[in-house]
Amino acid sequence: MELVTAALAGERRALARLLTLVENGTADGQTALAVLYPHTGRAHVIGVTGSPGAGKSTLVGRLARELRNRDLTVAIVAVDPSSPYSGGALLGDRLRMRDLTTDAGIFIRSMASRGHPGGVAHATREVVQTLDAVGYPVVIVETVGAGQAQVDVARVTHTVVLVEAPGMGDDVQALKAGLMEIADIIVVNKADRPEAKLTLRSLQSVHSSVAPAGHHGPGAGAESDMPRAAWEVPLLLTSALEDTGLSELADTLAAHRRYLEESGQWEQRLAALARAEVETWLQRHLLALLDARVGAERREAAVAAVLRREQDPASVARALLEEALA
Amino acid sequence: MDKKIRVLIAKPGLDGHDRGAKVVARGLRDAGMEVIYTGLRQTPAMVAEAALQEDVDVVGLSILSGAHLALVPRVLEELRARQIEGLPMFVGGIIPPDDVPVLKAMGVQEVFGPGTTTETVVNFINQAVGA
Repeated sequence: MELVTAALAGERRALARLLTLVENGTADGQTALAVLYPHTGRAHVIGVTGSPGAGKSTLVGRLARELRNRDLTVAIVAVDPSSPYSGGALLGDRLRMRDLTTDAGIFIRSMASRGHPGGVAHATREVVQTLDAVGYPVVIVETVGAGQAQVDVARVTHTVVLVEAPGMGDDVQALKAGLMEIADIIVVNKADRPEAKLTLRSLQSVHSSVAPAGHHGPGAGAESDMPRAAWEVPLLLTSALEDTGLSELADTLAAHRRYLEESGQWEQRLAALARAEVETWLQRHLLALLDARVGAERREAAVAAVLRREQDPASVARALLEEALA
Repeated sequence: MDKKIRVLIAKPGLDGHDRGAKVVARGLRDAGMEVIYTGLRQTPAMVAEAALQEDVDVVGLSILSGAHLALVPRVLEELRARQIEGLPMFVGGIIPPDDVPVLKAMGVQEVFGPGTTTETVVNFINQAVGA
């Protein structure tokens, strides 16, 4: 594909068009991803999440500038919610990154969540892969303003930064499962506010009293095959307004990447992702195969039989598959 | 396949009134479009670069400063420099009637003054992108 060649050569207009094809899930987009795939796997993918108004966009903008000062190019994927009523969206994250727009080393792309509930869009992973493939060493994914359970960002990134604003609840909030658990780095933003130190202290007291969850929570820290000491989630103070704490944040991100690589988690995580992606596609292809061989009507009839309580779902599925493979 | 119309709403120049731009942005959102809103005081280069990176289908400029005859050609020039000059463009704001044909001759497809309904803008965009 001409577009892929141009994008790999650094042509920004081609990259932008390619991202549209990928985001829309077109056949051309899938063909492009197949060609791009061997080029992926090099970027450090950083997720930035937190509640609406915590200052994510401004922080991402400042962080990108800090990384530019370190001679890194940066791609930013900023996700905002789609309206459940109209399907439209107001994508306003660029507003907070205005001074980055004309830096040729930065590429910002806004994405609407398009009905996907997890804080990122359905195609966010593919968009990230495209930006990774064309050579951005750092890709930052900013989620929609996330509540407690929008944890999908951990499934598309290596390092999750949770942004908290001062005065957002007591230490019991910090003990709850969900977003706090997937954080690799916690940032208390708006450090220029007087309550910031208090918020930091209450988070510190909770975090020193519980064992670190390790990278991306579920299972990772507790597994016995962990070669090194688990990552202790650092708590940082930043002020995007006064431009403080950004250098520490950039250092900590680099340290987390080193930690992932040295502990073997980088590889483990890539393996888990690869397995999940292959399984997802297997399911899609298998369903297509099934419908091609026995027909969608037979599948619907099976669903109806389950609904009438004549057969159980597992037996029906096994029978259909045997029929398809016979 | 999940195609949405993507629209850039930008305010080039130095006037500080973004109410109109926000009303239009919200109206387009409610019509099912994805609106990239870039805020106040954008330079022509910033507008063009955002249009490129976001791969938008339409560009809408809001100008209330009276500087439209100076700003619009510079935005068009920046779009041309990025080889995306074919993008449909509309302008909203306070534009004297005599200037409307001048803007259209430059390449602006439509000019919307105060009191324009969102429906009018939505219809224009649908027509411009052939949806």
